[in-house]
Amino acid sequence: MTPVISVRDLQKTFGSVVAARDINVDIPALQTVGIIGANGAGKTTFVNMITGHIRPSSGSIFFAGKDVTGLPSRTICRMGISRSFQVAQIFPSLTVYENMCAAAAIARTNASVVRYALMPLLNEAAIAETEEAIKLFQLSKYRNAQAATLPQGVRKLLDIAMAVAGRPQVLLLDEPTSGISVEEKYDLMEIVMGALKSRKVTVLFVEHDMELVERFAERVLAFYDGTVISDGSPAEVLGDPRVQELITGHAIARSGSVAHA
Amino acid sequence: MAGGKYLLGGLLFIVAAAVGPFLPAWLISLLTISLASALVVLGLILLWRAGLVSFGQALYYAIGAYAVALMMRWTGIHDAFVAVIVAALAAALTAYLVGFLLARYREIFFAMLSLALSMILYGVLVKTEALGSTDGFNVSTPTFLGYAPHGFALTIALYWFALALGAVAAMCVSAYMQSVAGALAVPVRDNEIRVEYLGVSVTKLIHLKLVIAGTLAGVGGAVAAMSISHVDPAMSYWTTSGGFVFITILAGAGSVAAAFIGSILFELVRTASVALMPGTWQLILGTVLLLTILFVPGGLASLFVRRRKVAGEGAQ
Amino acid sequence: MLLGLAILTDGLVYAAYLFIVAVGLSLIFGVMKILNVAHGAFYAFGAYCAATAAGMYFDRGLPDAGGFLIMALAALAVGLVLGLILERTILRLVYGKDEVIIVLVTYAAFLILEDVILLIWGPSSLFAYQPLVIAGNFMIGPLVLSGYDLGLVLLAVVLAVGGFYGLRYTRYGRLLTAVIFDRETAAAFGVNVTRFFTVTFLIGAMLGALGGAAMAPKISVTLGIGVEVIVLAFAVVAVGGMGSMEGALVGALIVGLCRAAAVHLLPQVELFVIYAVMALVLVFRPHGLFTRAQPRKI
Repeated sequence: MTPVISVRDLQKTFGSVVAARDINVDIPALQTVGIIGANGAGKTTFVNMITGHIRPSSGSIFFAGKDVTGLPSRTICRMGISRSFQVAQIFPSLTVYENMCAAAAIARTNASVVRYALMPLLNEAAIAETEEAIKLFQLSKYRNAQAATLPQGVRKLLDIAMAVAGRPQVLLLDEPTSGISVEEKYDLMEIVMGALKSRKVTVLFVEHDMELVERFAERVLAFYDGTVISDGSPAEVLGDPRVQELITGHAIARSGSVAHA
Repeated sequence: MAGGKYLLGGLLFIVAAAVGPFLPAWLISLLTISLASALVVLGLILLWRAGLVSFGQALYYAIGAYAVALMMRWTGIHDAFVAVIVAALAAALTAYLVGFLLARYREIFFAMLSLALSMILYGVLVKTEALGSTDGFNVSTPTFLGYAPHGFALTIALYWFALALGAVAAMCVSAYMQSVAGALAVPVRDNEIRVEYLGVSVTKLIHLKLVIAGTLAGVGGAVAAMSISHVDPAMSYWTTSGGFVFITILAGAGSVAAAFIGSILFELVRTASVALMPGTWQLILGTVLLLTILFVPGGLASLFVRRRKVAGEGAQ
Repeated sequence: MLLGLAILTDGLVYAAYLFIVAVGLSLIFGVMKILNVAHGAFYAFGAYCAATAAGMYFDRGLPDAGGFLIMALAALAVGLVLGLILERTILRLVYGKDEVIIVLVTYAAFLILEDVILLIWGPSSLFAYQPLVIAGNFMIGPLVLSGYDLGLVLLAVVLAVGGFYGLRYTRYGRLLTAVIFDRETAAAFGVNVTRFFTVTFLIGAMLGALGGAAMAPKISVTLGIGVEVIVLAFAVVAVGGMGSMEGALVGALIVGLCRAAAVHLLPQVELFVIYAVMALVLVFRPHGLFTRAQPRKI
């Protein structure tokens, strides 16, 4: 079976700074992959290249066998690779319900802008999608709250809920728990991963908290200095002496205090 | 709820049409010009909802007006319906072409570039002898599908014509606001990144809004040209655009009806101040604009629409 | 050759005029991120006050040099007063709001001030021709140059050099550069940003009024001069890059020379060449020649 994401010799340089080099990864469908690494190790660059936010300097990215290298982010998103952001990207002046409606209206309707002008916003499918997402991501309590007033964790949930409204095949979560208190992180990930399980989606998530990685990832990619230094099951990667030396420190138990952005 | 709004709008339309013949000619002309402005403002409201202020809407207004004037002069076709279609097409084409450039800009740069583009047209019009330079030229009397009224009958006919155009435009704009593309205005203003990552091109959305707004302004210009029976370069000057922006801010982005009320108020106050207190028109304009921004940031619309409904949260 | 020379000198004079008018606008935008439409009104007020002062002074047969001084002082004073009123009463209320909202507020102020001019001076034009006569004409080869034009170029050079020097080498200038570069960080380091806003706005307003005074002898001071100037000044700072001293200078030179070339070679396009240049520059450099676009972060 072709891997859903296949990355070959991926390289990215910003001037003289090498942000990513020699990345070769195959990700089979429906796998949940944790991405770890210190700040500046190239995790976000990796996510940004796959989602088309930045163009790789060299190398290629295949999505379900198709070459998507260098395509605009919008096209890649339409093809089925969606993402959430380190800072939640939502529409602050709309309510949670309106945010979801906007996402749901666009989702699964690959239309031209002119078609969108003739298509009513609120159709049955979009309303059903919105209701389902609100339930799935446990947003009911905030449904009529203006997004600008939401607590950090709820923003993240909304961001992710909007990202999967289009039923993507692949979802990349860039630090879903950054800016969330240690106690809330676990609950947030439970909700997200629970919701995503029912959506049948391949998930790649960037995470600094090794406990969360161990708990939710089936496979871990460890980034150091722009490349993947270890790739395997959580136990293998977190037990890898190089990973311990360069990324996690020797005591995994310390993970709660690992610095994050 | 939406049905009630259309019913009320329909009633107002009938009343407005029915009282026409009983009004003095100056007031009818004033209302016709207000309707022309309201068409332009409807377009500006669409842009304003997406966070864009065009200080150059007079570009399309003047294109529409000159298109009508030139058509009548060169072809001998005087039909108002043909005139409006020609004006709409000319303005839409202009907006479509400059849209490739304008749609890439936001905020102040958008405002300034649209201003510059309208000033280019102004420069061309002022320097073109064939189009009467600064004086402009007269527009012939329109006919309506063979009906050729004169005097007061013409004033009334133009008023009804403008009223009908206004009603059609109001319905179309209202429907557009409920559409996916229309409802994405606030998301575009709020967060372009998320819109792009939902798979929709922000540039194309704005381009579409520019074409719609430009077309409306062109139709407005056509109505104005026929009503004043004259066109001149001042129609493309930036102060004309400024007047439209003023009405937009006064009306607010929340409601289609506000565009009409705002335009009528604007023309009434202008007429009154010119007649009663010469030399104070801009003073009043500036003061009202200032007070609106400071104390009623949502415009007139916010006074009678209690809560802004943008993406619609009807299903509860 | 002669034509080229004429274009060059006309272009330089026009550029000097544009720079004097635009530099205040650019400064205010750079520091406060306010596109100040009321700048046109400052210009008009400066012109009216200078023309009035000239009319009162030159008729009395006092020494000529004093007249220039009086005109400049009248303009600076009115710029100071108007700037203070506008900044303290209106702008203060909208700091921190959308840039576009602030543009509209200054537009409102502009409309009001236009009518205030009408109320004070009435609809008739003023002429302050005396300085032109005093400065006289002289010949460079076959070209006749007005001494006053030369004075304008000198004033522009003085302002430019003074501006560069002031920004680089004075304490205020350096702090101002810090505010332009990063408002929040400057505030965090203890710079009183609000104070800087007031002072900057006053300087910008005085420069606008000074521009009006400088131009008063060359034009008929009449209603609506502010309207034209404001669009011109916008074009200049948009070409050069908003909020940059170099930008205002280069923008003024480009626009000035283009217009002079158009006047001599193709008079039909004189009016729109300025905006065409602006549109062209913005197509390739969306934020002007001297400003780098801020990359968006996610």
